[in-house]
Amino acid sequence: MAETQRRENPAAARLAAIRLPEDEAGWARAAREAALSRLHKMGLPSRRDEYWRETDPSALIAPEPVEAAPLVTDEAPVFGEIDRLKVVFVDGRFDPAASDPLALEHVEIERLADALKADIHWARDLFGRLEETAHDPVPRPFAALNTATATDGVVVRVRGRAPKPISLIYLHRDARSDAVLHHLVRIEPGAELTLLENGPAAARFSQLLEVDVAAGGSFHHVRAQGRDHERRAITHLVGRVAEGGVLKSFTLTANGALSRNEYVVRLEGAEAVTHLAGAAVGDGAVHPFHHDDTIFVTHAAESCESRQVFKKVLRNGAVGIFQGKILVHPVAQKTDGYQLSQGLMLDGDSRFFAKPELEIYADDVKCSHGSTCGAIDEEQLFYLRARGVPRPEAENLLVLAFLAEALEEIEDPALAEDIRNRLEAWLRRRQG
Amino acid sequence: MLEIRNLHVKLEEEDKVILKGVNLTLPDGEVHAIMGPNGSGKSTLSYVLAGREGYVVTEGEVLFDGENLLAMEPEERAAKGVFLAFQYPVEIPGVGNMTFLRTALNAQRKARGEPELSGAEFLRLVREKAKALKIDPEMLKRSVNVGFSGGEKKRNEILQMAVLEPKLAILDETDSGLDIDALRLVAEGVNALRAPDRSFLVITHYQRLLDYIVPDVVHIMADGRIIRTGDADLAREVEKTGYADILKELA
Ligand SMILES: Nc1ncnc2c1ncn2[C@@H]1O[C@H](COP(=O)(O)OP(=O)(O)O)[C@@H](O)[C@H]1O
Ligand SMILES: [Mg+2]
Repeated sequence: MAETQRRENPAAARLAAIRLPEDEAGWARAAREAALSRLHKMGLPSRRDEYWRETDPSALIAPEPVEAAPLVTDEAPVFGEIDRLKVVFVDGRFDPAASDPLALEHVEIERLADALKADIHWARDLFGRLEETAHDPVPRPFAALNTATATDGVVVRVRGRAPKPISLIYLHRDARSDAVLHHLVRIEPGAELTLLENGPAAARFSQLLEVDVAAGGSFHHVRAQGRDHERRAITHLVGRVAEGGVLKSFTLTANGALSRNEYVVRLEGAEAVTHLAGAAVGDGAVHPFHHDDTIFVTHAAESCESRQVFKKVLRNGAVGIFQGKILVHPVAQKTDGYQLSQGLMLDGDSRFFAKPELEIYADDVKCSHGSTCGAIDEEQLFYLRARGVPRPEAENLLVLAFLAEALEEIEDPALAEDIRNRLEAWLRRRQG
Repeated sequence: MLEIRNLHVKLEEEDKVILKGVNLTLPDGEVHAIMGPNGSGKSTLSYVLAGREGYVVTEGEVLFDGENLLAMEPEERAAKGVFLAFQYPVEIPGVGNMTFLRTALNAQRKARGEPELSGAEFLRLVREKAKALKIDPEMLKRSVNVGFSGGEKKRNEILQMAVLEPKLAILDETDSGLDIDALRLVAEGVNALRAPDRSFLVITHYQRLLDYIVPDVVHIMADGRIIRTGDADLAREVEKTGYADILKELA
């Protein structure tokens, strides 16, 4: 019976196999159970669902991950030159020996697993609470699955200006690893934090980041997803920004059989700001590359600003998906919304799909969106070559120029430089 | 330096013949001007010399220092010293002007087996050349030609020429859109580079530029051919009488 069920309905089998973690505080257990019941109601996704038509969720649903060989490389670690507090996870498990002591001025930082065992903890007001609000109107079952089952992560509360970034490092050693990480970030009024993430984490990786930015707080997020070719990842950034708060996120994706990055951000106080950006480069020649950014930004207060800048460079059958929505509530007058999604196709084999959506219920708003898909500009290429720049180098310069607008969303120059160097190195390796 | 023999060129995309047997010999150290009505094929000739795609050479040849120029990639031609100042310089958002120039210069030096310039050496070189052309240093920081006025774009072409120090510089209507002060600066930039081993092909619509860059030879181009060749006086004659008379004379 169980065998047939698994074969015929992997989603049902996966749901049936869920075991909630034991020995947690009552409130944590309750949050897990609530998430599980949400998940049972919405079910796991299939390609029939509107926002899963272009991305096949089956590898994320299957009981076991597809094997993914850890990438062997001798290049310098991402963010290696940045002074940061290192928090290391190996195949989705916190590694205290490889991490810095969890101490940083103005910041409380703790392992999620420990927080969930404490009978009284501030995390109670955040764990699963933002995720819970992220399903309306579009369900995000993997986020609920994450809340129900996440085994590790960090909880971070910031009360002032963090003196350096917290850097989450996701190492991947086991080709069959299946990691589920859940992080909570609470930025208290006027506080500031930069959070860095890098690495593949596991063969299959589910990550959920719940970020609560209080009035005047500011949260900067820069991430580089691991370059392991066969890795698969589903990530969620669920954010809430109060009056005058800022939430900015940038993601670099190079390689990966599957990256589905979802963003659900609500601007809840006047003059709140969110900038979401990403640069993805994929070459499907040897391994498949499928990258999907799915975004939902809600303007629920006056005079807020949102930007979405997502660029994808695709070659040899690589696939890039952008599904981005801006929802403007009737109260959200003077909204400034911007959305740009662009694909640069380096050959005729690749595929870029964009679904930009605006839903506006206020009348005094400025919202613009644009989506383009094109090849390298021949005039620009010739101009560079006519000045002596050889074709491959000229192409790389133009690819970097195409990505520049997304990279400009990274405020810190040293971080921007690091990301740019990664892209250059990636392009050079594929030059031919 | 440059030897164009019976050059016939048509468009790749359509069966339109543009150059119909161009002959031109440009010796070392000389400045030749090409004048002619709009649509006569001047820009096409300059693009073919620089190696732009989209053209088919159906007959004839071009020798550059004795080598078959048409067989080379555009970047090879540049490294060997061919430079085209574009009639319509191309905007490249996202590529900084300095990065562009430095990448170009070092790529050429590398191709010639010369050592690359360090950041400091390059900066010194560009600042000096930019100053002579009265180019605002702010302009150097912006993306290539983005937000430049017409005149700024043309001066930027001349700056590139000054930095790259080509052997053969082709200037395609670099004077158009320039006021008299800018025109003088551009001419000074060209004259400063005049040397026994450097030649110029100056394409212009107006004789005005040739008051400042005095050519050794003037060619008149019409309908894809060089129809007359003379000295600097020919330019003045054309200016006075217009092309109509010459064309009529020919017909
Ligand atoms: N890519 C092209 N497609 C179509 N027609 C072209 C193209 N390039 C040039 N031509 C035509 O060829 C002729 C010569 O153009 P051009 O070389 O620009 O002349 P000039 O620079 O002397 O004004 C013109 O009739 C022009 O319309
Ligand atoms: Mg022309």
